[in-house]
Amino acid sequence: MIERTPLLNAACHAILVLAALLTCLPLYYAIVAGSLTTEAVQRVPLPLIPGDAFADNARAVWARIGMGRLLLNSAIVAIGIAVGKLAISLLSAFAITYFRFRFRRAVFWLIFLSLMLPVEVRIVPTFEAMTDVLMPLRLLVQLTGIDALAQAMTGWKVEISAEWSLLNSYSGLIFPLMASATATFLFRQFFLTIPDELCDAARIDGASPMRFFWTILLPMSRPNLAALGIIFFLFGWNQYLWPLLFTTEPSMTTVVVGIKQLVPHGDSIPAWNLTMNAAVLAMLPPIAVVLLLQRWFVKGLIESGK
Amino acid sequence: MSQTAAPSLPATRRALLPGLFRRGRARPREAQGIKASGFKGQALPLLLLAPQLLILLLFFFIPAIRGLAQAFLLQDPFGQEVHFVGLENITALLRSAEYRESLRLSAVFAVATTALTFSVGLVLAFATDRVTRGRTAYRAVLLLPYAIAPAVAGFVWAFLFNPLVGPAAGLLHALGIAWDPNRDSGDAMLLVILTASWKHLCYDYIFLVAALAAIPRSVIEAAAVDGAGPLRRFANITFPMIAPTVFFLLVMNTVYGLFETFAIIDATTRGGPAAATSILVYKVYVDGFVNLDLGSSAAQSVLLMILAVSLTVVQFRLIERRISYDVSQ
Repeated sequence: MIERTPLLNAACHAILVLAALLTCLPLYYAIVAGSLTTEAVQRVPLPLIPGDAFADNARAVWARIGMGRLLLNSAIVAIGIAVGKLAISLLSAFAITYFRFRFRRAVFWLIFLSLMLPVEVRIVPTFEAMTDVLMPLRLLVQLTGIDALAQAMTGWKVEISAEWSLLNSYSGLIFPLMASATATFLFRQFFLTIPDELCDAARIDGASPMRFFWTILLPMSRPNLAALGIIFFLFGWNQYLWPLLFTTEPSMTTVVVGIKQLVPHGDSIPAWNLTMNAAVLAMLPPIAVVLLLQRWFVKGLIESGK
Repeated sequence: MSQTAAPSLPATRRALLPGLFRRGRARPREAQGIKASGFKGQALPLLLLAPQLLILLLFFFIPAIRGLAQAFLLQDPFGQEVHFVGLENITALLRSAEYRESLRLSAVFAVATTALTFSVGLVLAFATDRVTRGRTAYRAVLLLPYAIAPAVAGFVWAFLFNPLVGPAAGLLHALGIAWDPNRDSGDAMLLVILTASWKHLCYDYIFLVAALAAIPRSVIEAAAVDGAGPLRRFANITFPMIAPTVFFLLVMNTVYGLFETFAIIDATTRGGPAAATSILVYKVYVDGFVNLDLGSSAAQSVLLMILAVSLTVVQFRLIERRISYDVSQ
């Protein structure tokens, strides 16, 4: 500190403590409500200390919405998005920073066009495209006149009726959320800061491009992989709109969406204890990740914003 | 190179708008963004790019193009006939009172959320920068909401402010404040704003903490020697120096408020009461998947896409004119 300002420092601590309390209070109340019986949770005012029904509530939630399966789905989707995004982005960033090839600029702009449109903005068209992945192929056949040609030659009307829907599948949940170039861009930025001498040395020693990638670039990217992996894991785990739309079978949805079935409405019994119990279970894995991997998480957060 | 001209402007945005940030010695177009030392070959790079391009094609470009096409088509309710109607879907949308109301609500929501998260985030970042003891602990706690899904945050806040059982609503009632977000549209809007701000505050906070920590100590010490107190230094030195981060956050907060808050709305108010919190992203969903008006919904998607892209472009044009990023001068 440059000067002593006890009053200002005390005020700073007071503000921070207050903010920390306001951050934690909703979470604390979720835990309290999640551990009360259905009668106790309707009492006004709500008890200030947790009850002893947390395990019972968890069992009820487990049975009612199939929590085990939902947690597994969330884990598969979150890890799938994180690993998939990192893998394809690492390779494509390597290609556009270390190679001079035709169409490089075109490819670059194609990739970065995808940066600005989150899935929320394009839900309807994405949904339609995903339930009918082969539509462009059929359209192509119609436009090129292959079907008319076939009709003229054989006298039969040929129709391509192949339909391939990704509804209620893990790929349908994972791929559309992977379709953004954020990670490609971040790896590109990182590769540009790596000294050219490393690549020169590798080439003089006769290393092939892939050898350079595996033995030099990949190990150097490890901190970035960890940091961004955490961010994309959280991104995947916390998705709501897409799994909500794209799963019609309750057993194929994710835990965050599953809670929606437990929210009391209108005349139903206000069993908020079950809702909050499920909410606590759904937030435990990402909170554990953030707390245990704090250093990498902060690095990833700052970098992914740049 | 452009990096030196704009030290902490987010590189993503910078690359998207290269014309706006070109300053100083520009490198030849072809040499930009590529290593001076690299490999030769035509097939290998395309092979490496193939998975990324395939995913983008199937799951980004084709949907986006279909959406664009659909915005100009009208489909009869049985899905049999499709007519080309030009801009009719879009003009009908802009004429409808409902859509205009949704536009207004989105603006209110986005501005309020941005103002709240940013101002609180700034105060907390300033405080964190001042204190020496307990800094990591404060940071760890304040970052917690980032881990929590927006929808889960929404469910928790819906419970806290539930007029029948919620402890926060109980407190308000005890203070004599009538509170019922299920009936009063103002209360509902306030609830979604508070929830969205609580969830997003940590984002502004961590960026501001990082920006403050990156300011050279010598500049601050020089000002202190000249007799400027901590608040004076903040207003005259620190804040101007973190201006790029500030503008970045204002853009990101607006983008968040407009486009990334579907889950919070759906989990707390479901757009209600009587569409009082039905902001644009929520309306797209309701019209497309509940009312099944695909033409209108696709037109709304197109308008949202235009909004998302132009928002970023316009804001950065303004910033570029007003702010000097170069702190080394």
